[in-house]
Amino acid sequence: MLDLRVNDAAHQVDAPPEMPLVWVLRDLIGLRGTKFGCGIGACGACIVHLDGQAVRACITTAAEAHGKAITTIEGLAGAHGDHSLQRAWKQVNAPQCGYCQPGQLMQAAALLAQTPKPTDEQITSAMAGNICRCGAYQRIKAAIKIAAGEAE
Amino acid sequence: MDAIKNLSRRGMLRGGVASGFVLGFHVAGYNPIFSAAAAGRDAILAPNVYVAVNLSGRISITIHRSEMGTGIKTSLAQALADELDAQWSDIEIIQAQGDEKYGDQNTDGSRSVTQFLLPLRRAGAAARQMLVAAAAQRWKVLPAKCRTQAGVVIGPQAPQRLRYGELVEAAMRLPVPAPESLILKPSKDWRYIGKPLPVVDLDDIVHGKAVYGIDFTLPGMKYASIERPPVYGATLKSYDAKAALATPGVERVVEIPVASLPAGFRPLGGVAVIASNTWAAEQGRQQLEMEWDEGPNGSFDTDAYYKELVATAGKPGRVMRHNGDVDAALAGAAKRISADYFVPHLAHAMMEPEAAVAQVTNGACEVWTATQNPQQARKTVAEALGVDPANVTINVTLLGGGFGRKSKPDYVGEAAVLANMIGAPVKVTWTREDDIKHDYFHAACANHLEAGLDSDGKTVAWLHRSVFPSIATTFKPDVTYGAQGEMDQGVVDLPYDIANVRCENGPAKAHIRIGWYRSVYNIPHGFAVGSFVDELAAAAGKDPVAHILELLGEPRKVDLRAMGVNYGNYGASLDDYPIDTARHRAVVELAAERAGWGSKLPPRSGFGIAVHRSFLTYVAVVARVAVDVRGNASVQRIDMAVDCGQVLNPDRVTAQFEGAAVMGLGNTMFSSLTFKNGQAQQTNFGDYLVARMDSTPETRVHIVPSDAPPGGVGEPGVPPVSAAICNAIYAATGRRIRTLPVDPQELAVM
Ligand code: FES
Ligand code: FES
Repeated sequence: MLDLRVNDAAHQVDAPPEMPLVWVLRDLIGLRGTKFGCGIGACGACIVHLDGQAVRACITTAAEAHGKAITTIEGLAGAHGDHSLQRAWKQVNAPQCGYCQPGQLMQAAALLAQTPKPTDEQITSAMAGNICRCGAYQRIKAAIKIAAGEAE
Repeated sequence: MDAIKNLSRRGMLRGGVASGFVLGFHVAGYNPIFSAAAAGRDAILAPNVYVAVNLSGRISITIHRSEMGTGIKTSLAQALADELDAQWSDIEIIQAQGDEKYGDQNTDGSRSVTQFLLPLRRAGAAARQMLVAAAAQRWKVLPAKCRTQAGVVIGPQAPQRLRYGELVEAAMRLPVPAPESLILKPSKDWRYIGKPLPVVDLDDIVHGKAVYGIDFTLPGMKYASIERPPVYGATLKSYDAKAALATPGVERVVEIPVASLPAGFRPLGGVAVIASNTWAAEQGRQQLEMEWDEGPNGSFDTDAYYKELVATAGKPGRVMRHNGDVDAALAGAAKRISADYFVPHLAHAMMEPEAAVAQVTNGACEVWTATQNPQQARKTVAEALGVDPANVTINVTLLGGGFGRKSKPDYVGEAAVLANMIGAPVKVTWTREDDIKHDYFHAACANHLEAGLDSDGKTVAWLHRSVFPSIATTFKPDVTYGAQGEMDQGVVDLPYDIANVRCENGPAKAHIRIGWYRSVYNIPHGFAVGSFVDELAAAAGKDPVAHILELLGEPRKVDLRAMGVNYGNYGASLDDYPIDTARHRAVVELAAERAGWGSKLPPRSGFGIAVHRSFLTYVAVVARVAVDVRGNASVQRIDMAVDCGQVLNPDRVTAQFEGAAVMGLGNTMFSSLTFKNGQAQQTNFGDYLVARMDSTPETRVHIVPSDAPPGGVGEPGVPPVSAAICNAIYAATGRRIRTLPVDPQELAVM
């Protein structure tokens, strides 16, 4: 049994320590907002936060997540409502199919936490690890800028 | 639409609950719609109809097309809600199950709005007219004296106002208006049609609550991962599951019979590992020891195959269109040029891989999956289980992208077969490697073009040969040539005013499953034709925009049928949707103007343009590209001018074209699949490259206002992108890219 803290809730899971966090979250805990896209850390669909840092849950093991605060897309909105990024995402209608968007949002949230006013280049380089096959990049970028207060 | 029936009256006769009314439609050629109250829902909501209103005024709209990111679920509901004059907040949208009674549900070919805008408007109008008639009866006034506003009928004298819910019981007893008596709103009164409404799933998406096929679960559900034939057509000699079964979490290992060739929509077969979670299933699968007989495609090698396609394109093929005398015109031309273009196999690689959940109880199968084609999924499952399609229920989740892959339900068949075998609900989840290795691949395509110019630089002869494996190879044995519909996609529909034109198709075999991928054969053809037109401009010493306009000639309708071409026009009538070069011209001019065509650019930068009509929509793209000395081309801006006729949701239309620019850019710059020994050499996003944010330019979409009938939107943005980018590379560097993806080495100067 492994103790995990996800979105401020404690979970006891029967997972082997090497099980990737993405499957622990999705199949064992039932938080399926975190998506699977590649399993090799190449697409960003599975991004969650460990102690506020963006990590790829498909290449992060359950053991590595143990003892850390895990935040998933389901926990991105805080007690005071939506994260500024979620509001901005809706403002610009960023999603198409929406499948990559949890990972995009979690990556963007980690970026803004570290760099509240990112430049265009900083946005692009922080987000280049997140694939959107629908091609919503332009709106994702615009939403990040809105959330950062750089554009209205 | 032939007739409208008030299904609730039939429902009442059959003992149904008379608490609402439901309208169903015959769409020409489709089976009659019949209402039966759906189990587990409000008794008045019948999922096999488009609209239902209940006593409290709640309106449910059933959308039968799949939502894969186009916004179709919201957009079609907008059309119906508008004619019903409903309050948007009173509406609940229900995703239809797979059933022929809805009419066509195969959500591909960019047809949802083209085919269903009018039927759904009429569905709403009929409901509104019945509500109005009920109110008019109550007030003893003529219906024409009443009007509606956001869910309320208003009579001629104050305070005559009745909410829709209050009128339902009376309205359901009235006859459904005859189709010819339906009155549609004039466009000036539209509240939702043409408006940029946000999609209904938006809030769920940004909170991670949206449910895709891969997310669906059932109590007691098992998880499966399948080892499929490594080569298309390989057969299983033997396997050893000992180590797999010893893997923690693994419960069973079962064999799915391998499909014979061609596999069509059937599951490929293989060995499935059943476990208590996805990861355990995958871990167990890695422990399988498999022995395959590779079969006829074990030596498939794209190095040789691609050369063969190019060589075939150099030889005369089957003539699909011929005007004038091309050979004589070429022989007599002042200048002759020719070029060969090549686009490799591509994979769909939508972000949500193939996944399906199935459960079989008492001979009936129920499925939850992300499918573009729920009716085919139903057939595939019925066939795989040997049951009647009536015993198969397909529930459609949201799709995490589709691009054509998810209209092939092989993965749905897998889940059904496994659920049946093990007697428990099963979720099949493909890995990314499974997705790329076992795709229905976009066809590689070789194009050979020749043209002759007269002494004024005017094009007088055009020869186009295209060679590719046909999609029909996936479904029928012994297919060697392309289908008419494949040549219709950017070859025989050449809109240019050239006196002598010949289009040919050469033979090609397939060694993998070939399928349709967003805009399909328009990808290579749009690239080849758009690039060659630019080569002609250069040969004639003309500005590319002026040259395209000159080639298009006087505005006219290109009458391919009169030329003896059996042109399919994407299934639409040529009267409603002619090939209209005035519209080509307009998008070319608009894109050029908005892009600042001709403005001065720094060295090694350039503009490129291409125009293409596909899926009944006209798109011109101007790309601005800079190329560094090492040959790295970066696309700096894309302007797309779009004439897709009437626009239902302008924001979603814009988004589709923005996305098409990105996908087109990825096809142009990065994506390529090669095969060796029958196996794909790229298996995941580490080596199958796609566009990312760092390669995506600012994209501006300019929609031409139009009240022409609606054309397609999902696909037509893709085809002109490759040529526009490569033409810009030529303008920047003087070098022609004729093979995709772009190889920086061809552009480096140091
Ligand atoms: S699924 Fe983790 S990065 Fe792709
Ligand atoms: S919105 Fe579909 S993959 Fe990003």
